[in-house]
Amino acid sequence: MFAGLTRNDKLLFIGFTIAALAMPLLAWPVGANYPDLLQKFAIYGIFAIGFNILFGLTGYLSFGHAAFLGVGSYAAVWMFKGVTMNVIPAVIFGVMVSGMFAALIGFISLRRSGIYFSILTLAFAQMSYNLAYSVLTPITNGETGLQLSQDDARIIDRLFVEQGAGLPSTNLFGLEMSGYPGFYFCCVLLIIAFFISLRIQRSPFGMMLRAIKTNQVRMNYTGFNTRPYALTAFIISGMYAGLAGSLLAVTDPLAGAERMQWTASGEVVLMTILGGAGTLIGPILGAGLIKYFENIFSSYNDGLLSESFSFLPDFLNDTLVFIIGPFVGEGWSLLLGIVFMAIVIFLPGGLMEGLTRIHGWYRRRGGGDTRAADAASSRQAAE
Amino acid sequence: MDVILLQLLNGLDKGGAYALIALGLTIIFGTLGVVNFAHGALFMLGAFCAVSVQAVLTISKKVKDESITFFDAYKEVPYLEAWWGDTGAMIIDYAVPISILVAIPLMLLIGLGMERGLIRYFYKRPHAEQILVTFGLAIVVQELIKAQFGANPIPTPAPEVIAGSASIGLWFGLGEAVVYPWWRLIYLAFAGVVIASAFAFLNLTTYGMVVRAGMADRETVGLLGINIQRRFTIVFGMAAVIAGMAGVMYTPILPPDYHMGMDFLVLSFVVVVVGGMGSLSGAVLAGFMLGILQSFASMNEVKSIFPGIDQIIIYLIAVVILLVRPRGLMGRKGVMET
Repeated sequence: MFAGLTRNDKLLFIGFTIAALAMPLLAWPVGANYPDLLQKFAIYGIFAIGFNILFGLTGYLSFGHAAFLGVGSYAAVWMFKGVTMNVIPAVIFGVMVSGMFAALIGFISLRRSGIYFSILTLAFAQMSYNLAYSVLTPITNGETGLQLSQDDARIIDRLFVEQGAGLPSTNLFGLEMSGYPGFYFCCVLLIIAFFISLRIQRSPFGMMLRAIKTNQVRMNYTGFNTRPYALTAFIISGMYAGLAGSLLAVTDPLAGAERMQWTASGEVVLMTILGGAGTLIGPILGAGLIKYFENIFSSYNDGLLSESFSFLPDFLNDTLVFIIGPFVGEGWSLLLGIVFMAIVIFLPGGLMEGLTRIHGWYRRRGGGDTRAADAASSRQAAE
Repeated sequence: MDVILLQLLNGLDKGGAYALIALGLTIIFGTLGVVNFAHGALFMLGAFCAVSVQAVLTISKKVKDESITFFDAYKEVPYLEAWWGDTGAMIIDYAVPISILVAIPLMLLIGLGMERGLIRYFYKRPHAEQILVTFGLAIVVQELIKAQFGANPIPTPAPEVIAGSASIGLWFGLGEAVVYPWWRLIYLAFAGVVIASAFAFLNLTTYGMVVRAGMADRETVGLLGINIQRRFTIVFGMAAVIAGMAGVMYTPILPPDYHMGMDFLVLSFVVVVVGGMGSLSGAVLAGFMLGILQSFASMNEVKSIFPGIDQIIIYLIAVVILLVRPRGLMGRKGVMET
């Protein structure tokens, strides 16, 4: 399983596994140790890793990736409705359906590159979103969103269990997928997803994808047909998105068209850029940060804000609330937009590049202690 | 027949908005080589110029309502009306046309500020980063507007005189039943005038000629001793003004809200790509074409044959065109090929 990986990669993977499994503990000091949020970290981490395989490696900027997330959600919920509440078939079905969907869209979109590719993927995503709202209502249940109901078929479940009074909940062979079990299910999948992404990045295939990003024309001149490689990357990336989508359905069996809107596609671009496109850890970091701060900031309002500054004199308190007020609660997207702009302007490589720079600065100052050496090794591994 | 005429006009209206935004996008792309995802935000800012002007003109004071005698009732009377009576009321009525006068210098300033403050640092950076930073800017502008004006659409009616409809049926000999709002006709004429003057400016004036020369070969023009950068900055400002004016004029048709910019931007980009990146006439042509197709696709007769076609027609056409004519309708060789 680890054949061909360097020592650093193995360490990175082991470190990542430990960190992911211990996430409830790690998130405890910042007050994020409740399962709902942790599930989101894991799910959007998977989404961002998948997006990074396409954007970070091949440089193709897809603006319609949320379509695959949405399709995965719908597929998973249909599996819950039609066959069984067990999550395994739902996840597999979600991944497969969005993989096929990605193959179709990728086959067409990848005929063009650059901004044309972005626009084509955006067009397809908007098309799916609009269709999900209008014509495909029998499949998607339109604006209400696809939900479980009492009289769903659930063929397999009916053979074994008596229909209860309430709605059944998603489970893994009897283990209910809410709270911490749900988180650990997502977490295991996150680790697997990370491992696959690591193997891809270290493989000749990953090298080929990087070559596409660096100079596709030259690749063509040397006789490589790059399109199958790019298409494979696109499909893998779509399957990751489908996995994330079906996990969203696992933790909360409900699928709505708004998951496919282009703002959702924009969000995963933000996560990847914020963390650092093309790095291994960056996208997960970005996804976690955005979901964490979204959760923290969007719950604040002016009242809470002035409470937390209540140790200050009144006039200072009022000024601070006046200044910070627009950026929290409803205005959280404003803060996100500003941070995002700042990252693109000053740190195009994302947070990972920031860490590298801090490390370089530290080393130039002559601080050669063990922590710096650790950071160096993990940085090399991450790249 | 009358249905077709009405749909054609509807399509031209919508197409006018697409064409104006797409024109600005193409000008910016052709001159500065920057993909501006914040152009929809400029369109929205224009629309909110109209909203602000209307809000300023209708600043009111409370006066006692004399018509109610049982108890003390108060009503709001705008200062303008209180000071100048009917003249004041008329000024308020004409809020939208007046706001164009406000919007032009304001949007020019915003455009110049945006170019000098942000865009110019992104000339040499990859297109992906240009898209991302302007996308971030669009989010910021949108959220600021939302924080200031709220999330609901704000109605900004056209002046009373032209609030009615023109009986265009009589003009074309189709009977009196065929009517069309005056303001939409005015919008159409306005779009035509703006597009024509933009083309005239670029094609008939010396200034425009230099700009076009700079688009073709920036270095040579620079070597001839012309400060091409300054001209490009001004052209960026003009593109912002075009988008802003389009926004102002569109407010009576569609009450502005904070996400209208993004809605139009996505479509306008599709329009630019269909028309051919870097081709001005392509952008205008594609804008009107897609507007008309969209409006015909939303007819009930068409929808009963192809359900949902009105939702996806534009994207469908974009996909087909990009696959059949990869450079768009009128795209030139060598522009954005990578």
